[in-house]
Amino acid sequence: MTPLLGVLVSEAWVFYPLAVLTVGGALAMLLSRNPIYAAMSLVLTFFGLAGLYVLLSAELIAALQIIVYAGAIMVLFLFVVMLLNLGDADLEMPRLSVGTIVGGGSALAFWCVSWMVFQHLPEAMPATLPEGFGQVASVGRLLFTQFILPFEATSILLLAAIVGAVVVAKAKI
Amino acid sequence: MATVPLAHYLALASALFAVGLAAVLVRRSALVVFMGVELMLNAANLTFLSFSRAHGAQEGHAIAFFVIAVAAAEAAIGLAIMIAVFRSRKTVNVDEVDALKY
Repeated sequence: MTPLLGVLVSEAWVFYPLAVLTVGGALAMLLSRNPIYAAMSLVLTFFGLAGLYVLLSAELIAALQIIVYAGAIMVLFLFVVMLLNLGDADLEMPRLSVGTIVGGGSALAFWCVSWMVFQHLPEAMPATLPEGFGQVASVGRLLFTQFILPFEATSILLLAAIVGAVVVAKAKI
Repeated sequence: MATVPLAHYLALASALFAVGLAAVLVRRSALVVFMGVELMLNAANLTFLSFSRAHGAQEGHAIAFFVIAVAAAEAAIGLAIMIAVFRSRKTVNVDEVDALKY
């Protein structure tokens, strides 16, 4: 099986626009004062990431990315932003302090160091992949055989998260 | 046909992680700090899927699935804590919620 998009158009023509979209959305999230705009920029980033996952032949994870991240989690964020109902005075003003410079500088330094490390990786991706790679049937089979214990533990984690969220957020129980 | 090398995928993931890290370190609104954490988890997912593609192995897809599930649980609990903090202190700025610091 050859990767899906690589045969139709050149992979680079899809990757670099999606990379610009993703990083641009992330930077807009970092720089916007209003949490609503930050959340909408992050939705843009998540859609770009879903496109990149399709490019990496991970169709199931791309679908989950849109359903869970761009759908459920970001709706939860927007819901909480509106519930808190922050006024204009509560929005943080941009300021250039020592903490801002050190924080931004360390993030930039992290990226430079990791880029230097990645230079030493082998170049090429394999041209062909196993049959059904990244699709629902084969990933699902993996989840229900080799990863069955973490899969079941995840269900308990989600149950605990539901109960915990209600207990923490409710005013009177 | 021009294919994209593995290093470019990883550099993109690391750039997203750096932006998320900057959001956690620099921003004061706890909401945006949480968005930074979500972005860092997504960057880790992109790394897992890139290595999966490079090695032709699907285990990275299973790990990415678990990361998404844990991120959903983390968002639910984190936003519930934020609502509780806002109810008692009328603010969600992380530099004003420092009772455990002293």
